[in-house]
Amino acid sequence: MSDTAPPKDLFDQDWRRIVRLGAITGLSLIFVALIGMLVQLDTRLIIRRYLSLGYLTIIWIPVVAGYLVSKEVVLEGVTPNRKGPSDVLAGALTGLVGGAGLSLLVVLIDNFDIRDPLINWSPQLLDQLTFAKGIGFGVVIWLVIGAGLGLFGSLSHVVPPLASRAVNTALFTIVSVSILETAITDLLQGFGLSFVTDVVYAKRGALTLTSALVLGAVVMAITVAASGRGRELRVRYDALDAPRRKTANLGLWAAGVMVLLVLPLFLGKIMNELLANVGLFVLLALGLNIVVGLAGILDLGYVAFFAVGGYTTAVLTSPNSPWISPQLPFVVVIFVVIIAAAFVGLAVGAPVIRMRGDYLAIVTLGFGEIVRLLFLSDWLSPYFGGAQGITNIPPVDLGFAEVKGSDPRSVFYLVLFFCAIAIYVSWRLQSSRLGRAWMAIREDEKVAEAMGINTVTAKLAAFVVGAILASFSGAVFAAKVGSIFPSSFLILVSIIILVVVIVGGMGNIIGVIVGAVVLIGVLGGPKQPGLLQELGTYKLLIYGALLVFMMLKRPEGLIPSARRSHELHQEEFLQDAWLRGEVDHDAEAGEGDAAT
Amino acid sequence: MTAVRVGSARRVSWVDRFLTGLRIVLIALIAAGLVAFVAQQISVDNPFARWRNPDATGLTGDQLKGLVVTGIAQGSMYGLIALGYSMVYGVLGFINFAHGEVFMLGAMSGFVASNKLSANGYWESNFFGSFVIVVVIAILVSTAAAVIMERVAYRPLRDSPRLIPLITSIGVSFFIQNAVLGLLGPNSHSYPQLPEWLAKSRSILTFEIPGTKVMVMVVAALSMAVLWWVVERTKTGKAMRAVAEDKEIAALMGINVDRTIVLTFAIGGAMAGIGGILWGLSFRSVTHLTGFLPGIKAFTAAVVGGVGNLGGAMAGGVSLGAAESLGPQLILEPLGVSGVSQLRDAVAFTALVVVLLFKPSGLFGERLSEDDRT
Repeated sequence: MSDTAPPKDLFDQDWRRIVRLGAITGLSLIFVALIGMLVQLDTRLIIRRYLSLGYLTIIWIPVVAGYLVSKEVVLEGVTPNRKGPSDVLAGALTGLVGGAGLSLLVVLIDNFDIRDPLINWSPQLLDQLTFAKGIGFGVVIWLVIGAGLGLFGSLSHVVPPLASRAVNTALFTIVSVSILETAITDLLQGFGLSFVTDVVYAKRGALTLTSALVLGAVVMAITVAASGRGRELRVRYDALDAPRRKTANLGLWAAGVMVLLVLPLFLGKIMNELLANVGLFVLLALGLNIVVGLAGILDLGYVAFFAVGGYTTAVLTSPNSPWISPQLPFVVVIFVVIIAAAFVGLAVGAPVIRMRGDYLAIVTLGFGEIVRLLFLSDWLSPYFGGAQGITNIPPVDLGFAEVKGSDPRSVFYLVLFFCAIAIYVSWRLQSSRLGRAWMAIREDEKVAEAMGINTVTAKLAAFVVGAILASFSGAVFAAKVGSIFPSSFLILVSIIILVVVIVGGMGNIIGVIVGAVVLIGVLGGPKQPGLLQELGTYKLLIYGALLVFMMLKRPEGLIPSARRSHELHQEEFLQDAWLRGEVDHDAEAGEGDAAT
Repeated sequence: MTAVRVGSARRVSWVDRFLTGLRIVLIALIAAGLVAFVAQQISVDNPFARWRNPDATGLTGDQLKGLVVTGIAQGSMYGLIALGYSMVYGVLGFINFAHGEVFMLGAMSGFVASNKLSANGYWESNFFGSFVIVVVIAILVSTAAAVIMERVAYRPLRDSPRLIPLITSIGVSFFIQNAVLGLLGPNSHSYPQLPEWLAKSRSILTFEIPGTKVMVMVVAALSMAVLWWVVERTKTGKAMRAVAEDKEIAALMGINVDRTIVLTFAIGGAMAGIGGILWGLSFRSVTHLTGFLPGIKAFTAAVVGGVGNLGGAMAGGVSLGAAESLGPQLILEPLGVSGVSQLRDAVAFTALVVVLLFKPSGLFGERLSEDDRT
C-alpha cells in the first residue's frame, strides 16, 4: 500500500453513498429508540451521570457509519486516494444525516400519538431524546451529536494506526470494566481489596467519570508502550521447536486449570452462579461443536438431548417422580443418562442421517419440539409429570461433598469436571480417525464416501457423542435447579447454543469455550441472566443480529479453526495465490491447493 | 467369493434395516389406529374398538365433517405460506427459515390496520372496503420485509454452501421476532370481530361451514389462481422458472437474475401476507411468536407437496392441515392416547418425518435445478 494517490478534494464526495449510509444510520437509530432499548436500558449506567447502556446502544451506530463511509475495498490495479479531510467530512455528514433521523423522531413524537401499536412511542422516550430540555434543543442536539460521532468514527482513517488502536482499546476497556462491574467487585472483595472498588466505581454502581478517564489514559499508555510486543511473543512462540512448544502449551493449560480451580473460592454466590450457568452452556456448546463444527450436521433439535439428560436424572433421583422413583445416587444415574442419551441420539439420528443437510436441520428441529411436547402432554404426564414437571430433585451426594443449587460453587466444580471430560473427548476425537472422517464428511460427503469412509456410522457417532455431552449438561442442570419443567427446553435453547458455537468459531474447542463464556456470561442464557441482566429479552434480539452478522462477515467465528476457515474462504485463498502468481489458473485449475 | 457389486448400489447397513423396520412400524401403527377407529364408528362394543381405548365413543358425522373443514381451512393457510418456501427453495436452493416471520409481519400489520379501521367505525360500516385496505397493507409490509431480507441477508451469501444461508435465516427469524416484541410489546393482539353476515355458518354440500372458514378457503384459492397465472402465463413467471432451472443459462438468455430473485421473494412475501391476514381473522389473536409454528408447518407442507412445485405446495398444505386435524382423532385417540389435542403439533412434525421417510421428494415431485437435488 505504498503507492497512493493524493487525497481527494474536500467536496469531491460520493454524495449518494453518504446519503444512503446516513439514511440507514438514521433508520437504525429510530429502530433502536422505538424498540425501547434507549428507555429500558437507561437504568444500567456505564459512566455515572454521563452515559447509560441505553445511550450506548445508540451512539455506536453513527461512529461505525462514519468509519464505514470512507472505507473502501482496494481492488488490484487501482490506486486508492490517501485519506484526508474529505473523508472526515464524509464521516461527519453521514453522522449528521443519521442524527437527523432522531431529530425527526423527536418532532414526530411531539406532534403525533401512535402509542397504540408502538408501545415505546412515549413521553419518556421524548424526554430522553431531548434530555428534558425542550423540542428545539432535542432537534439540534442530535444533529450535533450525530455529526460529532460520525466525525469521530472517520478519524480512524486519518490518524496513525497506533493512535486509533489505542483509542479503540481504551474505549473497549472502559465499557468492559463497567459491564464486568459485578464480577470485578466480587473478585476484589474475595481478595480483600474492596478499597479498590470504591476508587474505581461510584457508590451506587458504574464507573465515575474520573475513573473512566484515568482508566482510558492508562490503557492508551499501555497500548502504545506494548505495541508490537504481542506479535513478538507470537513470533517467539512460533519459533519454538516441537517439544518446547508442547511444554509451553502444557504450561498454559495448567495455568488455566489452576485459575479455574482457585478462582471460585474467592468469588461470591452470584458470580459462582453465573460461572455455573456458563459452564452448563460450555458443555452444551462443546457437544454441539462436535455435531455442527466437526461433522457439519446442523442439528437444531439439540435441546432434546439436554432434556433427556434432565428428565432421566429427575425420574431416577426424585422422590416426587410420578412413575418410578428408585432414588438412585447421581453417580449411578449418570451412567443411565449416558445410555439413555446414546439411545435417543441413535433414534433421532438414524431416520435423518440420509437426508439432505437442510432437511435434516428442520427435521431435527421438529424432533426437538416433539420431545418437548411429549414431556408436556397429558398422555405422558403419569410418567414425566406434564406441565407440572418433576420437583424435589435431591442434591448430588458425592460422598466427600454435596452439590446443590443453593451452593453454586459446588455446582461449578461439578460442571468443570464434565467440561474437562468434554474438552478431553473433543480434543482426542478431533485428530482421531473418526474426527478426520467427520471433517471429510463436512467438506464433501460424496467424496468422503468414495474414499471409503462409512458416512452413516461416522455421522451417527457424531450424533451420539453430541447427545451424551448435552445429557451431562441436562443432568447437572436438573440437580442444580432441583426441579424440571418442559418450559426449560424450548427450541430457543438450541438456537442460542448454535449462536454460541458459531460466534466462537465452529470446530475450534477454545473458540467455542470463549464464545460461551463471553455470550452467556455477558448477555445471559435463555432464562439465565448474564452480567447485563438489564437486557431482558433484548438479548435475544442481539443473539439474532449477531448470528446474521457473523454469517455475513465472519462465518468461521471469532477464533476460527484454521481448516474450517480455509474451507469457507477457499475462493479467496485461491485468488490471493493467483494474484501472487503462484497458481497458473488456466493450466492446472484443479491444483490450486497444492500450489498454495 | 461373491461377485463384487458395481455401480451406485449403496452399502446396506443396519441403518437401512432400522429404517425399513421404522417404516413398517409406522404403517402398522397408522393402520391399527384407523382400523380401531372404523371399528368404533361401526359400534363401540366390538373388541377392536375396545382394544386400546375402553372409553371410546367414536365421532359423530358432524364432528368428522367439522374436523375435515377445519383441517382444510387451516391447511389452505399453510399452503399460502408454503408457496414462499417452495419458490425460494426452487430458485435459490435454501430454506428461508425466516419466512414464518414474514407471515407474522403480515398478521401483525393486518392487526394494526384493522384495529385503526375498527376504531373509526369503518370496519363495521364497510367491511369489504376495509378488508381490501387491510390486505393491501399486509401485502405491502410482508413483501417489503421479504425483499429487504433478501437484499441484506441472503444476496451476499448467494454462492455459499447451502447451510450458511439457512443459519443466517434462523438469525433473521430470531431478530424479526424480537424486534416485533420490542416494537409492539409482548401482549397478544386481537383482531376486531368479523361482521355477523360473514361469520355465520353456511351449509354447503351437507357440510356446515363457519363463514370465516369459507372466506379463508375462497381467498386462498383466489390467491393461488392469481399466482398460478403469474408463474405459468406471464413473461415474468417464465423468467422465474428459467432462473429456478439454471441461473447461469438464464442470465445468458438475457434474464435479469437478481431482479427475478427479488421478485420471487416479493411474491412469496405477498402470499405469506395474505396468509397472515387470514390467520388473524380466523384465530383473532396474534403475537410476535405467531410465525414460528405455522412457518415450520408450512415448510413441512412444501416438502410434502414436493419442493419447488407450486401446486404441490398448496396440496401439501391442505393435506397437512387435514392430517393435523384428523390424525389425533383418527389414529391416536383409538390407540388409547389421552389428551390428543395437545399433540397436534407433534403430529404435524411426525408427518414431516413420515413423508421424508417414505417419499423424500414429496407427494407430487420436486422441481429443482440439477445442483439442488443432492
